[in-house]
Amino acid sequence: MDIRGQAALVTGASRGLGAALARVLAAAGARVVLVAREPAPLEEVAAQIRAAGGEAHALPGDVSDKRAAYAIAGAAAALVGPIDILIHNASNLGRLPMPLLGDTECEDFENVLATNLLGPFRITKALVGAMVLRGGGLVVHVSSDAAVAAYPRWGAYGVSKAALDHLARIWAAELSGTGVCFLTVDPGEMNTQMHRDAMPDADPSALRDPARVAARVLALLRACDLRESGDRLEVEVAA
Amino acid sequence: MSAAAAAWPRDDAAAERLLWIDPERRRLRDAHLDDMPALLRPGDLLVVNDAATLPASLSGRTAAGSSLEVRLYGQRAGPGPRFRAVLFGPGDWRLRTEDRPEPARLAPGDRISFAPDLSARVEAVADLSPRLVELTFDRDGAPLWSALYRYGRPVQYSYVAAPLELWSVQTHFGARPWAAEMPSAGRPLRWHILRALGERGVRMAALTHAAGLSSTGDPVLDAALPLPEQFDVPEPTVRAIRATRAAGGRVVAVGTTVVRALEGSAVQHRGELVPGPGETDLVIRPGFRPQVVHGILTGIHEPGSSHFGLLHEFAPGDLLAAASTHARAAGYLGHEFGDSCLVLSGPGSTEAPP
Repeated sequence: MDIRGQAALVTGASRGLGAALARVLAAAGARVVLVAREPAPLEEVAAQIRAAGGEAHALPGDVSDKRAAYAIAGAAAALVGPIDILIHNASNLGRLPMPLLGDTECEDFENVLATNLLGPFRITKALVGAMVLRGGGLVVHVSSDAAVAAYPRWGAYGVSKAALDHLARIWAAELSGTGVCFLTVDPGEMNTQMHRDAMPDADPSALRDPARVAARVLALLRACDLRESGDRLEVEVAA
Repeated sequence: MSAAAAAWPRDDAAAERLLWIDPERRRLRDAHLDDMPALLRPGDLLVVNDAATLPASLSGRTAAGSSLEVRLYGQRAGPGPRFRAVLFGPGDWRLRTEDRPEPARLAPGDRISFAPDLSARVEAVADLSPRLVELTFDRDGAPLWSALYRYGRPVQYSYVAAPLELWSVQTHFGARPWAAEMPSAGRPLRWHILRALGERGVRMAALTHAAGLSSTGDPVLDAALPLPEQFDVPEPTVRAIRATRAAGGRVVAVGTTVVRALEGSAVQHRGELVPGPGETDLVIRPGFRPQVVHGILTGIHEPGSSHFGLLHEFAPGDLLAAASTHARAAGYLGHEFGDSCLVLSGPGSTEAPP
């Protein structure tokens, strides 16, 4: 896929991998809408992208809020046109420090699912019909190895990401032949606020730089024609 | 067709009825939305309006303190956050539009405040009606669209039972939020029907048309509806229409807005459909000869309305009158959450219609 001129929507774009993805997409010529809950850091990332010559729009919103889905979808399309690339990157770890499953409150579990699973479902639902009618589009689910391996204390998050992986596969199966491609990307362990929240004692020097991961993800998006819709990709980053 | 109004969106897809008007055989059939694929032929093209519905109703106050409701009716071309809008007096959708009190008279330069972070300036007042104005908002870009979605509500009318959520006024294929009211002919086209249409060999294409308001309660303004509206016909849609017609397929418009956009564009270009944006003031009346569209999927419309008038493009008046009488007697529901009507000749003698 040629990224230049594409309309892109990135959630969780105020920091970490989401901000890095918004930056590389805009640098490649995409017209990017950034979504996150907190307006100030979001606007700061968007302003940095604009200062570097890119097109970026900061759209504050909470993907876990079911009333927000059509607002985010509509405002984004008003700003950059029908969305071509949708990146579900916003994630919620749940309560910190992360509790054992038996200590996880049901409400906390629901909140994690609302952000990590239902939010992406709703926003895709609001945008994917127009992609199908135009005969193309790319939807990316940012996942985690916690979706595959069962790590103690990663219960709600891991379950939400495993379900998110499967959500991509089912969308892909139902929309086979429409030209819309669903990809799941596992970015690995990155030096981000989220990782510090989850594992405060980890050595940051052993973690991946989100900017380098974003550059690799961009390369995967450019070559998405080589992938099957529904594929799950582990991002390789050279040491 | 003087049908009763549907007061709320249906949860049950099985309840979506379809009145099929076959102009060739001059007959009416009671059918169901799920029958759509069987009523079309492989090689037919269904063209939908992919405008998402803006929450176009804003409650505001004038500088003098009068409360009013502003219903946005399309963004104006050109730079700046300039919109056409219709003003309503105090109250909301629960009052019938024709019973609403007059809004305060505004003049160019007056301000309307909607929220601490959203206001607008009146740029122009129409000669047609003092309630039809052009506004420029005090912000643009993401701050404007965030505010419109935060403070705006879907436009709705008094026959609807309760306040509508934004998701209730979207089709399954909305993109840019150009519509002041839902392009409702596409609402019952759920995914399982779209998929069955594809399996039948029916192709789909989209255009964007800024569907406007259907009623203002101001007789002078209502008589002038629809006002000129913007549209955008993408190049792949023009190609699909040409290919369909060249191969003997039918072009079926989903909604009157699609007819307006396609025929309006063709009228402006001497019968030729050209891709790109435009604005149409075309009002289709009996006697109009369509150059692009062969049939239409639409709602159950009242005789005398502009929507009903447009159907004369596709079927003779006596058949439409019979359809109206039948729709009323058979309990078809009207308005945006109601039943549907397909005006199109049959799929062919080899096919067994429902």
